[in-house]
Amino acid sequence: MAVFGFLKKKSAEMEENKNGDRGFLVFENTSEVIHAETLLKRGGWEIKVMGPPPEIRSGCDLVIEFPLIEELKITKTLQDAGIPPLQAVPVSSPLLEPVDLFQIKDFGSYLMVQAANMKLTVEKDSLTIVNISGGGCPDVPFLAEQMVGKLFHEAPSPREIGHTLCGYALQLAYEEMKRRCLQL
Amino acid sequence: MFAVIGTVPNPEFPMLAGRVTLENGDICIQGRRVTVKRGTPALLAAAIKAGETFSQEEPFGYLVGDIGRGDGSHKLYQYLVKDLKQANFHTIVFHYLQPHIGWHSRIQSVLQKLTPKPILIADAGFMYVAKMSGRSNAYDLFTPDMGELAFLADELAPHPFYTRGFLLHEENHVPDLIARAYAHGNAARYLLVKGRKDYFANQDGVQAIIDSPLEEAMEAIGGTGDTLTGIVAALIASGMEVGQAAILAARVNRLAGHYAQPTPGSQVSDLIKHIPQALEDMLKRQKEYHEQS
Repeated sequence: MAVFGFLKKKSAEMEENKNGDRGFLVFENTSEVIHAETLLKRGGWEIKVMGPPPEIRSGCDLVIEFPLIEELKITKTLQDAGIPPLQAVPVSSPLLEPVDLFQIKDFGSYLMVQAANMKLTVEKDSLTIVNISGGGCPDVPFLAEQMVGKLFHEAPSPREIGHTLCGYALQLAYEEMKRRCLQL
Repeated sequence: MFAVIGTVPNPEFPMLAGRVTLENGDICIQGRRVTVKRGTPALLAAAIKAGETFSQEEPFGYLVGDIGRGDGSHKLYQYLVKDLKQANFHTIVFHYLQPHIGWHSRIQSVLQKLTPKPILIADAGFMYVAKMSGRSNAYDLFTPDMGELAFLADELAPHPFYTRGFLLHEENHVPDLIARAYAHGNAARYLLVKGRKDYFANQDGVQAIIDSPLEEAMEAIGGTGDTLTGIVAALIASGMEVGQAAILAARVNRLAGHYAQPTPGSQVSDLIKHIPQALEDMLKRQKEYHEQS
């Protein structure tokens, strides 16, 4: 019995975690859900239309389950198509909010802004992006290659060329840096 | 021999498996060159540089181009599920890969059947998916930075982007965050936490703090965490015990940074070239210390 109890517990744990990398997109109405479903399937994303969990109290009676890690690219695609989701939340914990705290470090000639796991550093005088560090998704080295060494206002934004949640965190650091750079 | 599995930021880069060498500062695999800036190429370059001291054979790389779309990572996962069955690596490092729970489970079921079981190190995207899957305890070493430690400590967050504010990383909370990560089963057997101070920990708590030399600028430089993971992997693959390797690697990475005299605008390649000297100096200091005591 003890063995079966263990197996049952283990199986429940695996069940609990199997959707840990998925998210829900919440929309205003069913017509937007159908439009978004068509668009995202055409883009090659693995998505599924389903009923919302009880924690989600806004939007219509359908949500789209999507690969959470690609939230940045997917929400941008929907925004560009004129159907921005009301919310994008993790399936495992729909009440979680994106990080909204920034850590700032002033190195004298350089300023570093950190959002979640991503750090962006700018040389104050020239407003050149000199470094991007942190993060673990594969678009981080790509974003760094495209942004580092460029003037802040000439560099592409993470929202334009990023794909993942690390890219999204970098976008938040970028926006905060932009706000602060205007004050420099 | 040890293996490093990761991505390069070029969508045209094909999936390649083979020994990785370092030539004029670039990494080379199967006739292709990659400039070392950060990410998996920086990890590999640091591992090769550290291995030079021990005349260690170069790491075996599994690399693919991926810029965040996940297509390259998925191709690599597919290849690994078949190839790792025949592999015989002492140590395997999983690095910048697109997190995907289904693929992680398949890779894990292959790894679990290997005998002898390799030492498993996870960093970056693969550490994220190990935690998302609830399988952190299948790994021997995670190498998070402070932001990622807060994510490991948050039992609800599926990614660092969703880490709850009350856990957000402050240096003086590190022991509590480590304890919380272990309490919820979201840490590997050992943790090497990279930051202003580096912490080596296990489920009993912090075992060592490495805080000198301190170069404030290193926090801003992209890739300094990758170099630390590369150095520790090379040391473990040389036969060193995980704890000893982690503490030595942290000291070497900091010393190489110190030798580079960096500014926040320096690039990680400035640090990598100092790794052999830093490792040699640290080994000499260790030897002198043991002789005196």
